[in-house]
Amino acid sequence: MRFLFKTDYEDDIRLFPHSGYVVTYGVLLALLLIAPYVLSSYLMSQLVFVCIYATVGVALLILTGFTGQASLGHAAFLAIGAYTAAYLQKYNVPFPVYFLAAGALTGIVGALVGFPALRLTGIYLVIATISMALIVEEILARWESVTNGNEGMRIKTLSLLGVTVPRDSPTFYFLCLAVLVLTIVGTLNLLRSPTGRAFVAIRDSETAARSMGINVALYKVKSFAISAAITGFAGVLFAHKLSFISPEMFTLQLSIEFIIVILIGGTFSLHGAVLGAIFIVMIDPFLTYLKDDMPGIIAGIAATFGAGPATAGNIQSKVAAFASLNGLKGAIYGIIIVLFVLFEPLGLYGRWLKIKLFFQLFPLYKRATFKRQKIYVKSERNR
Amino acid sequence: MLDFVQQLVSGVALGCVYGLIALGFVLVYKATEVVNFAQGDLMMLGGFFAFTFIGMMGLNYWIGFAGAVAAMAAFGMLAERVVVRPILGYPQFSIIMATIGLGYFLRSVAGMIWGTDDLKIETPFSQGVLRMGSLVLAYDKLSVIAATVILCTLLWLFFNKTTLGTAMRASSENMLAAYYMGIPVKRVVSIVWAISAAVATCAGVLLAPITFIHSNVGLVLGLKAFPAAVLGGFGSIPGAVVGGVLIGVIESMAGFYLAEGWKDVAPYLVLLAVLLLKPEGLFGLHVRKKV
Repeated sequence: MRFLFKTDYEDDIRLFPHSGYVVTYGVLLALLLIAPYVLSSYLMSQLVFVCIYATVGVALLILTGFTGQASLGHAAFLAIGAYTAAYLQKYNVPFPVYFLAAGALTGIVGALVGFPALRLTGIYLVIATISMALIVEEILARWESVTNGNEGMRIKTLSLLGVTVPRDSPTFYFLCLAVLVLTIVGTLNLLRSPTGRAFVAIRDSETAARSMGINVALYKVKSFAISAAITGFAGVLFAHKLSFISPEMFTLQLSIEFIIVILIGGTFSLHGAVLGAIFIVMIDPFLTYLKDDMPGIIAGIAATFGAGPATAGNIQSKVAAFASLNGLKGAIYGIIIVLFVLFEPLGLYGRWLKIKLFFQLFPLYKRATFKRQKIYVKSERNR
Repeated sequence: MLDFVQQLVSGVALGCVYGLIALGFVLVYKATEVVNFAQGDLMMLGGFFAFTFIGMMGLNYWIGFAGAVAAMAAFGMLAERVVVRPILGYPQFSIIMATIGLGYFLRSVAGMIWGTDDLKIETPFSQGVLRMGSLVLAYDKLSVIAATVILCTLLWLFFNKTTLGTAMRASSENMLAAYYMGIPVKRVVSIVWAISAAVATCAGVLLAPITFIHSNVGLVLGLKAFPAAVLGGFGSIPGAVVGGVLIGVIESMAGFYLAEGWKDVAPYLVLLAVLLLKPEGLFGLHVRKKV
């Protein structure tokens, strides 16, 4: 086990606490950089979605994980970013300009949403963000002169500094990866700055934060604006990746998916956003795999346990029918959410930390180290 | 004028359904401080149960209705036991996510079992209309209104006049203190979930003749019930129904008098306005923050 010796505050807030971090993340980055030349085009496409979802996940973590303000409306911010890009593209605005414009506009909208949210906590905030998202969705469908209504908008191929970047090219992947890495590094820096510490203080206790002299209203609005702006950037990339956007893509379902990203990954660390994004994006290929290969495999297992060919065939067709049932994805989502909330509240990254600690402390690991405290005493209504 | 009254009545009837779902939110919230995002899906499931009993097994309407309510009450207890009880006392957000997950699961499973078509339940009052002068009121809408009034009164009496109701209010104020006073908090919570699932089933069965039952009906109506619950003040039983009726009327008026699109947005605009101006709602208790 490694003991870090810290002598001053600078040591405590270093981005890489020790050289092991540099090596690990260096290797990871190198692997990600050679990925397009190794992986199949389908997996590359999924990896681009991982980058985009992870960017939104980081944005959501700033707001939900570190400032403690729940939001079920991030699909609306994504939509505003995507539509800004699509609209400005019609007037031949270059990519860097509309990329920044989308982020700025979404940030402003986020701040505007943040103002009413100042007075709201807990469940009210969740409901308010849901209604905001539903209103934005309706506006996108109705404001036909700008958004083209339900017919949706086509996005032209990205052109960056005179070079066209098709949506399935390695360059586009590198762009998404760069945005993700910049977002993560920026967020890490933000979180170790006074602003980030104010966010965390507000999450832990608003009253205590206020009594320490933190302007709670200002920092809540800031958190909303930053989170929305990052989601807006992700929205531009999302629009380019899909090359076609319409209002029904940005529903409550998508907002819930973003929440699932951080819930499954873990809400207390930026690692969570990336792990959660990988999980969510890989569900689809997994389901396809389930549909195509699972019946054969299960029938094979049944056959090895002595089932006759007729029984095995029967089992195979039954499993195939089950795997192709409509709505299996929804059921799996539901089960995953419930299981994570019940049994793994710290998410995948929490599980990784537990495993790591288990080996570090080998015979002395206690399960109670990560136990959550239950609070039966206080009513959130009277707080 | 006649149009106005006609719109008003259908708005009130629709609003009563919102009110009944909101009532489910309020019951669970009152007792456990948990907001059940799967309430609309419990309603949907109740409708499907009733369809199975009445439409497929051919039982009498009232027997089928009672059977569906009983089955759903048991299901509500089961859901509470499996999903909510293990995380009671943890931050609210975890429980919200767990109920969202439950809702997903119920929607998908209902879609698998009963298919994705719209289903209809034959009711004793799905045909006739009540004529008052030139005003035509359908019995199915009136039945919703009547049932809502009865249910709301019963629940209000239950919460305010019975020992069990008082126990529920006590455990919502402070679970630990209620437990020390000898209230079986776990059983109380489980009964609340049974009641709220039963109320949701009533909403589902009454709704069936008006808008058909399909697997997504719970999501759509559940989202409309939030404005209702907030408008009435989360935690007030009459408030939920009044809020529901107001939202229903606003929605149907907006659909009739305003341009297309306002109908769907109006409830949420009202919700945001209420949250900004009077976050405790019409009937909510004004609670001062204690430091």
